Amino acid sequence: MSAQSVLFDAPGPRAQRINAVVGIVGGLIILALLVAIIYGLRDQLTADKWAPFLEADTWIYYVYPGLWMTLQAAVISVLLATVLGLVLGLGRLSHNPVISWVTAVFVEFFRSVPVLMMMLFAYYFSMFVLRLPGDFLPIFGVIVGLTLYNSCVLAELIRAGVHGLPKGQREAGLAIGLTQAQTLRSILLPQAIAAMLPSLVSQLVVILKDTALGYLITYPDLIRSLQNLSAGKGNLVVAFIVAALIFILINFSLTSFARWLERKLAGRRAGGKAVALTQLPIDPDPDEPMYGDSDKYEDPASYTR
Amino acid sequence: MLQIITEYKVLDAFWMTIQLTVLSALGSLLLGTFVAILRVSPVRIFQWAGAAYVNLVRNTPLTLIVFFCFFCLYQLIGWHIAPTTARSNVHTFQWAVVGLSIYHAAFVAEAIRSGVNTVPVGQAEAARAIGLTFSQSLGDVILPQAFRGAIAPLGNTMIALTKNTTVASTIGVAEASSAMKTAVEFSSDVLYSIFFVMATGFVILTLPMGIAFTHFSRKLAVQR
Repeated sequence: MSAQSVLFDAPGPRAQRINAVVGIVGGLIILALLVAIIYGLRDQLTADKWAPFLEADTWIYYVYPGLWMTLQAAVISVLLATVLGLVLGLGRLSHNPVISWVTAVFVEFFRSVPVLMMMLFAYYFSMFVLRLPGDFLPIFGVIVGLTLYNSCVLAELIRAGVHGLPKGQREAGLAIGLTQAQTLRSILLPQAIAAMLPSLVSQLVVILKDTALGYLITYPDLIRSLQNLSAGKGNLVVAFIVAALIFILINFSLTSFARWLERKLAGRRAGGKAVALTQLPIDPDPDEPMYGDSDKYEDPASYTR
Repeated sequence: MLQIITEYKVLDAFWMTIQLTVLSALGSLLLGTFVAILRVSPVRIFQWAGAAYVNLVRNTPLTLIVFFCFFCLYQLIGWHIAPTTARSNVHTFQWAVVGLSIYHAAFVAEAIRSGVNTVPVGQAEAARAIGLTFSQSLGDVILPQAFRGAIAPLGNTMIALTKNTTVASTIGVAEASSAMKTAVEFSSDVLYSIFFVMATGFVILTLPMGIAFTHFSRKLAVQR
C-alpha cells in the first residue's frame, strides 16, 4: 500500500482513535446503503425467486448452454485476434512506409469504432452479402466484431512492447550482423510477447465482457439465456445477480492470473528489465490496457520509420 | 452519404451519443473520485468498500449493469429519477446514464489511484521535512502531482466511455448504433456507406479527445 505512505503519516494514538470512529460511522453508512438497496429489491429476492437455481434443469438448460456460448465466442475471438494482432503489429513495425502507414490507419480506425457497431456491421454483412444461414449470423457477428477490435488493441500492445525494450537489444542484434527482420524476429519479438502476456490475459477479460454485446444481434449468450429463464419464472433480478456472479468469478480469476503472471515475469528478468516491466501496469484498466506507455506508442517518429 | 445522414437522422443520433457521453462522464467522475478517496483513505473499512466496488463492477459486463438498472430498478421496482409523468424515453435515457456512470466510475477510481501511485514517497517525506503541515503537503505537493499522473488513464477511460455509450441502444436509447441498426434494416443495399458514416462519426468524436489527452498528459507530466 504505497498510496497510504504517500498520502498519510503512520497514524499516532489520536489519529488511530479518530480513524476507528470514522470507520465505524462510515461503515454503518455503507451498511445502511446496502440494506436500503436490498430492501428496495426485497420482493424480488424472496426464496421462491432463488428456487429455480437449486434445480438441476435450470443449470443444464439455461446456465450451462449460455455460459458455453459466451466462452466459445470469447475463446475463438481471442485466438483469432492474437493471430491477426500479430500480423497487424508486425505491419506497424515494418520498415516499408506503405505497409506501416496502411496498418496504422487500419488499426487507428478500428480502435476508435465501438465494438457493438462492428458486430452490427459483421452481422448484417453476413446476412446481406455472404447470405449465411440464419443460425450462423449471430456468432459470425460476435466473433468478427470482437476479433477486429481486439486484434487492433493487441497490435498496439505488440508495438508498445517492442518499443518498450531497451535500445541496446536492437543495437546488439544489428551489431552481431543480423538483419533488421532477423533482429525483430529472434530478439525483439520474443521479449515483447513475453512482456505482453499479462496484458493478453487481461484482454481476455475485456473480450469475455464484450460477448454480452452480442445480445443486440440475438446471440444466445449467458445473459440472454438467463433472461429467457426469468421470462418464465419471473425472477429477473436473481437471474441477473447469478449472471453477474458467474462473470465476476471468471474475470476475477483471470485478472488474478494476469497479475501473478506479471509478477513472475518481472521476477524472472534481471536488473533494468524488471523495472521496465513493473512500470508497465496491466492491472488498472482492462478496457485500454496500454496507457502505461502512452508516450511510447504515440511517438510520431515511429509512424514513419 | 448525405442522404443517409438526413434520412436516418444521424446527427440527432450522434447528439444523443454526445449527451450520454457528457452526462455519464460527469457522473462517473463524481462517483469514481469518491470511490478513489475511499480506496486511498487511511480507514480500513473504506479501503475495503472501495476495493469491493471496483472489483465487482469492473468484472461485470456493462450490458448487464445497464440491463439491471433499466429492467430491474426501473421497470420491475419502479424507481425513477424523472417525475413519473415524464415520457418513457426520458426515463430510459436517465437509467442509461446511471448504468454507464456506475460502470465507468470503477475505471475512473483506478485511474485516479494509479495517479496517486505515481507520486514517489520521497515527495511526501520532503514536504514533511521542510515543515509543511498535513493539509499543505497534500494540497500543494502530492495532489497536484497525482492529478497530472491521472490524466492519461482518465483520458483512456473517457474515450472508452464514448464508445461504450452504444450499449445504451440495447435498452432502446436512440443513439448512434441504434440509428445504424435502423438504417441497415431499411436500406441494406448501402451497408458499407452506413457503416462508414457511423464509424467516421466515432472517429471524429474520439480522435480529438485522444490527441487532447495525450497533449495534456505530456505537457503537464511531472519531470522526474
